[in-house]
Amino acid sequence: MQELEQIVSQAIQQFAAVNQAVELEQVKARYLGKEGSLTALLKGLGKLSAEERPAAGARINVVKQQIETALNARREAIQQQSLQSKLAAESLDVTLPGRGMGVGGLHPITRTLDRIESLFHSIGYAVAEGPEIENDFYNFTALNMPADHPARAMHDTFYIDDKHVLRTHTSPIQIRYMQAHREKYQHLETMPDIRIIAPGRVYRVDSDATHSPMFHQVEGLWIGERVSFADLKGVIADFLQCFFEAEDLKVRFRPSFFPFTEPSAEMDMSWGERWLEIGGCGMVHPNVLKHVGIDSEKYIGFAFGVGVERLAMLRYGVNDLRLFFENDVQFLKQFS
Amino acid sequence: MQFSETWLRSLVDTSLSSEALSHLLTMAGLEVEEIKPVAADFDKVVIAEVLSKEKHPDADRLNVLTVNVGQAAPLTIVCGAANVTVGMKAPCALVGAKLPGIEIKQAKVRGVASFGMMCSEKELGLAEESTGLLVLPADAKTGVNIREYLALNDQLFTLKLTPNRSDCLSLQGIAREVAVLTGAKILPQPKPSFALTGTRKAEVKVAAAEACPRYIARVISGVDAQAITPDWMQQRLERSGLRSISAIVDVTNYVLIELGQPLHAFDYAKLQGGVEVRFAHQGEKLQLLNEQLIELQSDMLVIADSKGPIALAGIMGGASSAVGAATTEILLESAFFMPSVIVGKSRRLGFGSDSSYRFERGVDFENTQAALDRATQLILDICGGQAGAVTEVLGKLPARKPVNLRVARVQRVLGVSVAAEEITRILTSLGMQTTRNGEAFQVSPPSYRFDMEIEEDLIEEIARVYGYENIKPVPPQVSMKILPQSESRRPVASVRQTLVLREYLESINYAFVEEVWERDLCGNTTPIPLKNPIASQMSVMRSSLLGGLLNAVRTNLARKQPRVRLFEIGGCFTAEAGGYVQQERVAGLAYGSVASEQWGVSAQSVDFFDVKSDVEALFAPRKLSFEAMPHPASYPGRSARISLDGQAIGWVGELHPQWQQQYDLPQSAVWFELELNPLVTVNVPKAIDISRLPMVRRDIAVLVDENVTVDSLLAAMQAGNVANVVEIALFDLYRGKGVVDGKKSLAFRVLMQDTRKTLTDIEIDQSILNLVTVLKQKGALLRV
Repeated sequence: MQELEQIVSQAIQQFAAVNQAVELEQVKARYLGKEGSLTALLKGLGKLSAEERPAAGARINVVKQQIETALNARREAIQQQSLQSKLAAESLDVTLPGRGMGVGGLHPITRTLDRIESLFHSIGYAVAEGPEIENDFYNFTALNMPADHPARAMHDTFYIDDKHVLRTHTSPIQIRYMQAHREKYQHLETMPDIRIIAPGRVYRVDSDATHSPMFHQVEGLWIGERVSFADLKGVIADFLQCFFEAEDLKVRFRPSFFPFTEPSAEMDMSWGERWLEIGGCGMVHPNVLKHVGIDSEKYIGFAFGVGVERLAMLRYGVNDLRLFFENDVQFLKQFS
Repeated sequence: MQFSETWLRSLVDTSLSSEALSHLLTMAGLEVEEIKPVAADFDKVVIAEVLSKEKHPDADRLNVLTVNVGQAAPLTIVCGAANVTVGMKAPCALVGAKLPGIEIKQAKVRGVASFGMMCSEKELGLAEESTGLLVLPADAKTGVNIREYLALNDQLFTLKLTPNRSDCLSLQGIAREVAVLTGAKILPQPKPSFALTGTRKAEVKVAAAEACPRYIARVISGVDAQAITPDWMQQRLERSGLRSISAIVDVTNYVLIELGQPLHAFDYAKLQGGVEVRFAHQGEKLQLLNEQLIELQSDMLVIADSKGPIALAGIMGGASSAVGAATTEILLESAFFMPSVIVGKSRRLGFGSDSSYRFERGVDFENTQAALDRATQLILDICGGQAGAVTEVLGKLPARKPVNLRVARVQRVLGVSVAAEEITRILTSLGMQTTRNGEAFQVSPPSYRFDMEIEEDLIEEIARVYGYENIKPVPPQVSMKILPQSESRRPVASVRQTLVLREYLESINYAFVEEVWERDLCGNTTPIPLKNPIASQMSVMRSSLLGGLLNAVRTNLARKQPRVRLFEIGGCFTAEAGGYVQQERVAGLAYGSVASEQWGVSAQSVDFFDVKSDVEALFAPRKLSFEAMPHPASYPGRSARISLDGQAIGWVGELHPQWQQQYDLPQSAVWFELELNPLVTVNVPKAIDISRLPMVRRDIAVLVDENVTVDSLLAAMQAGNVANVVEIALFDLYRGKGVVDGKKSLAFRVLMQDTRKTLTDIEIDQSILNLVTVLKQKGALLRV
């Protein structure tokens, strides 16, 4: 009996002493192998009498199970240990930078235009486009600026030839759109409302720290049966407050003059303690509607225009207009 | 328009502060751009007379003065001004005076006690620079506060007037506006009270009656043209931005600013016979007051005498009949020229004048005689002389047709209801004649308004006086209707996003470029030129985005950026029969390493295939074809034309080494340019059944001559329509050991699948054999 207990404790001790799976198997052989001590004891059972044999056999089996349990536990432990040390050895410096391509970015003007388009889209304005080389009719005449009209002098125009200019505003887009809209719905007694914004590049002969010969405008147009100056004020205030995410932003309208609107207004926006000019607007002049064949008794509407660079500068804190067209990657990267 | 606030307040009795006045005008559409005090904020500066002057004992450049400042005892003052003389009058800042940046204290200057400071214009904030003391007239009263003497408690208002408000191009007009907006009273002005003692009467003929419906002239004899313009007039002119020239000219300018009526004085002795208003004859010449000799055109209106033109009507007088120091007799002209006759001429001639500016916008045609009389009175007061009777030639003055106005329309346009009584009040205050008929009006505008033609014009006036601020903004009410969106138009934003994710930064370049870019990079020798470019490097319209991108890359390289990847989306322009065509394009340019310098990635310069993959990504899953073809911008053998469904839609290539050198690029750059339209015109996806049976892969490796393109082999295999093959792709290209020179090894992956059953080995082998046969027909050798 005593001999058996001794074997068990000796085995457990010897298992614990080894740290490698291979060594553990060698130690195991000392007990459970062909030449092992337990195997020898089992072989010795044959010498016992038939009466003694079952009890002795049972005792040896208990011991054998105890040794096997100990062995398995140790095996498990050694396996865990080696996994742990392998994992420890293979850990990464997770603070190393990620690898491969980076990302580029959108131009701040595009970003601003996208924002304007999406805000107006939310109240049902579609986007309209038109050519940058415009003819005299669309850029001026249709907008109630006949040849020699003093207002033409307000636009320092780039000329391509006697009849074509680089558009000085995106208003000609509105003319084109109104013509097409009227034509499309001429079979109806009442045409559906026109609600568009017209973004794009525009050109003026002017270049200094605060003027670029090419810049961007967004103009808006709403023509319907019931559109008023009060609506115009509402839409503009709503837009500017949403664009700048400032509910307390104030907007004021000052009487002004544009040949294509009557009444006309200059829009100012509160900015800190100051008022900033943000664009022009007004009720579409009946002569403009006449030019596109829309009955100005039945339909009425407003139009407005804002400078995109101005909005982008205010929104993103850009302090020099020229940065927009230099395309310095250090500048561009900030608007990803 | 710039004017003195004090002058304005002498015409209208308003108690508003300067700021309130400014706000009022701005909010009524007469934008006040600037208010500037005429002098700095200072006090205790009085007129002093220099009684004696002695050299400072210890300083060469200083003098010790005794000055009389109107006090019992004269003051001792140390003064460094070079122009100081005994007997002169000049401003003196007394002890305790505060000047800009300095407070005057009793002080010892190099040992001599000084009790004040003699002042220059600069020290009083009257000028940016000045040399020496401000010399005052001998009759200036000693001891009088300089602010009062020079009327320095005044401000300069600068108005930015819109072209429709010609009625406010005068002090009288602005005063009238203030009266309308505030109810303030217009102050009465002295009435001309001269006797017609002159005997001469001008002979006037108006041949162009429609262009000049009213011409009034008066001869004033016996004038002293060398009389000095009084200080108060000089001051008001200066504060209006006008220089004093001579008394007679100053008077005409003064009345121009005061009443808005341009006047002209001819030296009567220099005229040959009477004057005639007529259109110029082609070829006539006229030497103008600004010394410019102009060739007249037949649509230019002139004043002529019997020898020829003597003035460009309403724009500028001629040199030959100009008033000079020796003038003793003048012909004073006050006329109304039609705006349509004057408009556009100054732009054509390249110069304008205060006169043309007003005539082209509209001058009050009922004020012509009053202005002439006002000027006559001032000339008689200043220069003496005898005024003769006027000669007036009157034609058909512009009609002021009554405009119909409906109360309901006012409400419809403005979105606010304005009562008929209020409308009557506003229109009447604006000088309009109104006849009310229930809810409708007939309105006749006054002679000084040229912008009241239709109902909306009147509505704007009503809104302006009612106050734009008093119209409440409302959120518009509309019926909810979804905006249509075509799914076969891909948003341009998604094209941008693809490029952004491939590390391109978006740039925006000018649409006008240097002519040489067009020639070099596009082979375009006939770009669309601008008639009036702002600079020679922005003289033609671009036909490609490449030049701008290349220029932007160059800018960044100059700023030491090692790697630049830019794209742009924008219009490109070409001339075509009868017009111009604008095509929207997207282009990109990659310079430097493929990926930014980083650990674990070897630095590799971007090449053709990197950028080709960007192009393919833009169109995925649609397949493009690339065809070797030279392009002026590209390296000859590294240039491809890109097609989609058989249509050429763009280019990709490595920049030609010549341009690389010429545009200062140390390394090569790869560019692409595509039409935007095919990129955003897409099909709505239509799903096809997928097979759940396994794909079988087999590889085929072949040896081919270098000049055999991969595309030609792929196309041949595809054309073979081999059974069960669903995909063939190149996965390896090898040159070098084991492959003879002039050959390359290509390895293709072939995927096979049947939608109904698993493929048998026999079927698979047969398909591969068919593909190999095709390849062999193209000269390929099977590698084993």
